Amino acid sequence: MPNAAIEIENLTKEYPFGFLNLKKRTSLDGLNMQVQTGEVFGFIGPNGAGKSTAIKLLMRLIFPTAGSARILGKPISDVEMHRDIGYLPEQPYFYDYLTAAEVLDYFARFHNPTATDRKERVERMLKKVGLETARKIQLRKYSKGMLQRVGLAQAILHDPKLVILDEPMSGLDPVGRREVRDIILELKRDGKTVMFSTHILGDAEMLCDRVGVIVGGKLRGVGAPDTLVDMKTQGMEIFFELKGTSNSPLVSKATRTGEYYRLQVAEEELYPAIEQLRGAGARILSVSQVKATLEEFFMNLVEADRAQGAAVEVSGQ
Amino acid sequence: MKRVGVVALNTFREAVRDRVLYNLVFFALLMMIAAIAVGQISIGIEQTVIVSLGLSAISVIGLLIAVFIGVALVSKEMDKRTLYALLAKPVRRWEFLLGKFAGLVLTLAVNTAAMALGLLLAMIYVKHALVRSDMVVLVAVYFILLKLALVVALALMFSCFTTPMLAILFTVGLYIVGLYVQELRNLPVNVMRPAMAAFTKGLSYLLPNFENFNVMAMAAHGRAVPGAFILQNTLYTVVYCTIVLTAAAAVFSRRNLK
Repeated sequence: MPNAAIEIENLTKEYPFGFLNLKKRTSLDGLNMQVQTGEVFGFIGPNGAGKSTAIKLLMRLIFPTAGSARILGKPISDVEMHRDIGYLPEQPYFYDYLTAAEVLDYFARFHNPTATDRKERVERMLKKVGLETARKIQLRKYSKGMLQRVGLAQAILHDPKLVILDEPMSGLDPVGRREVRDIILELKRDGKTVMFSTHILGDAEMLCDRVGVIVGGKLRGVGAPDTLVDMKTQGMEIFFELKGTSNSPLVSKATRTGEYYRLQVAEEELYPAIEQLRGAGARILSVSQVKATLEEFFMNLVEADRAQGAAVEVSGQ
Repeated sequence: MKRVGVVALNTFREAVRDRVLYNLVFFALLMMIAAIAVGQISIGIEQTVIVSLGLSAISVIGLLIAVFIGVALVSKEMDKRTLYALLAKPVRRWEFLLGKFAGLVLTLAVNTAAMALGLLLAMIYVKHALVRSDMVVLVAVYFILLKLALVVALALMFSCFTTPMLAILFTVGLYIVGLYVQELRNLPVNVMRPAMAAFTKGLSYLLPNFENFNVMAMAAHGRAVPGAFILQNTLYTVVYCTIVLTAAAAVFSRRNLK
């Protein structure tokens, strides 16, 4: 198996619009990216950033204006490559006249397993996504969350090497989200490569070896969540107790909850601040490092993009 | 071809579960009423009336299914995005298209066969017996099925590049024009300019000839249809459908889904 499960080169998608389709809107702008074999890769960005466009291009549901991509070492135009790929579309919808067991059996048939193997796989998947009891109900009676589970089941039904999930947590309740997270981690343990798009940053931080941040159709950063976050200025948080009042300017800057306060200062200002607080009668309870969250990194990019279209270009592993 | 079969069988299952075959109830009622009425009001022309009525009903019902469901075969899958998960499997777009076509033709075949049986039963009720020459009705039914297959191919092709409403209009329009292809061929080309005459002639061969499938008058009067004509119509349908489906696949294979 090649080292890169997905290799994307200069992938661009423009959509014509307006009178006579003369104007063009760029949905994805020169995407260059790799997803390594065996990793969980999160594709994060706000709505309309180009995440689903990139995934649809990989799945050949739409065709690129420019650029190319390879999956598991093969060009994406090779249909047989789909034997080793599982795909969950965004807000999946399936034939609503079928039951969950029937729709899984239908999809399984395209992978040529024997009848016994097919039946066994379908049963195993229904159990895995928690739909055994609803297996004989037509999908038209399913909730959005249940359809999402069917979608996940059909994506991993044939034991693919690479699983691409477009917003897998969408429409799920906390229990469902937890189950999807467990499935993704299980896939990783089994040596599968997983790429999923999300705008829920907590999920990405929790699950991903690396994330790619896409905003306004452009990739703004790729790397381990920690690496990306470390790029931001860090600070220190002092947690202290103060009975009574104080005129100290630091105390007035702190966030108060009853007799407890939280104060954020720059790293080099930590010790003078502690001295000053002690002088004001405060009891220092803890000091901790403030790490910028992926959310802050993400929001900075989104705001920068909104403010000036395109500004910050961050790269690196 | 196995993948085409999987899609085809699912398309048939969809038609059955969406109660498309319920039209058979309407047809059965129509045949029962017609058979009873014909026996009371017509003298000597019972067969002509019941066969004409039965074949017309089979044709109209089949056409409604072929046009409306034919157009929806692909457009519905795109609108509802059921196609997304399917195309992520090892399935080529032309295999999907061919499977959808085969599935609807199978549905129409089952539907038409059931209606043909109803018509034969109505004929037995009216005439109290069937003779060998009555079997020409089955040839007429077969021709209707060929015609429906061609309509499905056209509907499928139009739905690959335009909206469902326009695809219905184009399909129905082409069907109506196709009923008058012979008139186009019979135009007095000797009084036309050579270019116009060549264009008219070319167009008459390019358009689907639906008139060829109409043997209702022969069936109503129990006249035999020559074997060569049956073979000709069969080959014509196969070749025409192949061309239309190839065009549809060429368009659909390059189409961006929503």
